[in-house]
Amino acid sequence: MEFSQQLLQQLINGISLGSIYALIALGYTMIYGIIKLINFAHGDIYMVGAYIGFFAITQANLSILPALLISMVVTGLLGMLVEKLAYKPLRHAPRISILITAIGVSFFLEYATMYFVSPTPRTFPEVIDNVAFHVGDLVINGQQLLILGITVVLMIILTYIVQKTKLGKAMRAASFDTETAQLMGVNADQVISFTFIIGSALAAVAGVLVGVYYNSIDPLMGIMPGLKAFVAAVLGGIGILPGAVVGGLVLGVIEALVSGFISSTFRDAAAFAILILVLLFKPSGLFGKNTNEKV
Amino acid sequence: MGTMLKIDNINVYYGAIHAIKGISLEVHEGEIVTLIGANGAGKSTTLRTISGLLKPKSGKITFLGKDIAGKPAHEIVREGISQVPEGRRIFAEMSVLENLELGAFIRNDADGIKEDMEMVFRRFPRLEERKDQQAGTLSGGEQQMLAMGRALMSRPKLLLLDEPSMGLAPLLIREIFSIIEDINKTGTTILLVEQNANMALSIADRAYVLETGRITLSGDAGKLAASEDVRKAYLGG
Ligand SMILES: Nc1ncnc2c1ncn2[C@@H]1O[C@H](COP(=O)(O)OP(=O)(O)OP(=O)(O)O)[C@@H](O)[C@H]1O
Ligand SMILES: [Mg+2]
Repeated sequence: MEFSQQLLQQLINGISLGSIYALIALGYTMIYGIIKLINFAHGDIYMVGAYIGFFAITQANLSILPALLISMVVTGLLGMLVEKLAYKPLRHAPRISILITAIGVSFFLEYATMYFVSPTPRTFPEVIDNVAFHVGDLVINGQQLLILGITVVLMIILTYIVQKTKLGKAMRAASFDTETAQLMGVNADQVISFTFIIGSALAAVAGVLVGVYYNSIDPLMGIMPGLKAFVAAVLGGIGILPGAVVGGLVLGVIEALVSGFISSTFRDAAAFAILILVLLFKPSGLFGKNTNEKV
Repeated sequence: MGTMLKIDNINVYYGAIHAIKGISLEVHEGEIVTLIGANGAGKSTTLRTISGLLKPKSGKITFLGKDIAGKPAHEIVREGISQVPEGRRIFAEMSVLENLELGAFIRNDADGIKEDMEMVFRRFPRLEERKDQQAGTLSGGEQQMLAMGRALMSRPKLLLLDEPSMGLAPLLIREIFSIIEDINKTGTTILLVEQNANMALSIADRAYVLETGRITLSGDAGKLAASEDVRKAYLGG
C-alpha cells in the first residue's frame, strides 16, 4: 500500500475508535460541567452498558438497535442511581471526598459485575454481517459504519437537546451558575439526574459498540477507555461538549497513527503523553478559554 | 394595602457566622421598600433567604399568607418572587434571548411569554438590538438591564433587586432607577437593596436600615432621608 493510502486507512480506523472515545468523553464533560466532578466510575458505567447490550442480544435474542436502546435506558438509570446514592449526599462536602467516592463506585461496579457475570471475558456475538466495503485499496467494514452512523445520529440528537429544549437550556444555565439557574426556577437535582442519565446512556452505546467492534467484553474493560476518554475530555477542554467530541476523535486518530506507523505498543503511551502535554501547555484544552477557574 | 411579604424574627447563619440576627420586616402590596446598609450588613443574605437560596435557622417568612421559609429556591420563584442578584449573574455564555427565555423557565404560556418578551424589549430597547449576542459581551449597564428583564420574564408579584446601581455611571443609575419606578407603577411590588442610600430613599415608600445583621431604623423613606442619623451614616453628612 502506498503511504497516503495507509494514512487514509489509519484515519478511518482512528475515527471509529475516536467516536467511541467521544461518546464516553461527552459523559465525563457533561457531568464535570454540572457538578465539577471527574466521575472516575464513568468507564465502568460504559462496561455495564456493554454487558447489558450483550445480555439483551444473547438472552433476549434482540437485534443490535433494540439492544442499544435497552442498554441506554438501563445504564442511564444506573448512572442516575449512582449519583443519587453516592454523590448527592456529598454535594456540599469537600471535593476530594466525592472524588474518592467516585473511585470507590468504580471498584464497586467492577467487582460487583465480576461477581454476577464472572471475570472471564465474553465473546460478543456477531450482530451485523461481516461485510467490508472496498474503496480503491481502502477498507471500511460494517462495524465501522455502524459506529460512525450511530455516533453521528446521537451527536445530532444531543446537540438538539442541549441547544433547543428547555431542559437543555436549564442544563447549560445550571452548568454555568447553579444558584442563578435555581432563581429562574430550575430544579438543580432534576437537571443533575438528567445529566447523569444522558451521560451514562451515551457511555452505554460506546460499550455496546466496542463489543461489536472488538468482539470481547470483560468486567475491567472500562478502565483503559475510561482513562482515554478522560484524556479526550481534557484535550477538548473539560466541560465543553464539542471539545469532548473533537478531543475523542483527535485521540482516536493519533492512536491509530501511532499503532499504524510506529508500533501498537506505544498507543497507550501516546494517549497519556497527550494528557501531559495538554496539562503543561494548555490546561484549559483546545476549546477552553484561558481563564482561571471561578471560585 | 395588604401585606405581601412578612419576615418575622429570622436568624441566618453561615456555618458559625451569625449573619442575620432576628430581623423582621414587611412589604405591602404596591410598595417600593428599600433595605439600606453598609458592606457586610446582611442585605444580600436577607434577599437570598427570601429567595430560598439560604434557609433561616429560625423565624418565619410569609408571602401572600403562605409560609415559604426553607422552601427551595426553584419553588419560591413559582410563588411569584423573582430576584435580580448582586453582580447581575447573567448567563454570560448564552445569548440575550436565551437569558430571557430562562427567566420564563417556570411558565408554559407561549403567548404570554411572547408578550412579556415584547414588554421587556420596550422597556430595554438595547436588549432587542442585541438579542442574539452573547450576554457576556454586553456592557455593565446592559447586563443590569438584562438581569432585570430576565427577572421580569417570570411575571413576579414581588421583585427583589440587589444593588442594581453597582458599578454603573451616575447617568445610567438614574436611568435604572426610573425604570424601577416604572416597573413598580405597572403593578410589581419591589424590595430594593442598595448602598446608594440617596437614590434608594428618593424612590422608596418605606425603608429599613440594616447594621451588622440587625435592623436599627425603619420608617417612611422621606423621613429617614431627612433624619440626622441616616444622613451621617449613609448619605455623607
Ligand atoms: N458565603 C458566605 N460564607 C460566610 N460568610 C458569609 C458568606 N456570605 C456572606 N457572609 C458574611 O455575612 C455577612 C453579611 O453579608 P452580605 O453579603 O449579606 O452583606 P451585604 O449587606 O450584602 O454587603 P454588600 O453591600 O457588600 O453586598 C458578612 O459579614 C459576610 O462576611
Ligand atoms: Mg450584598
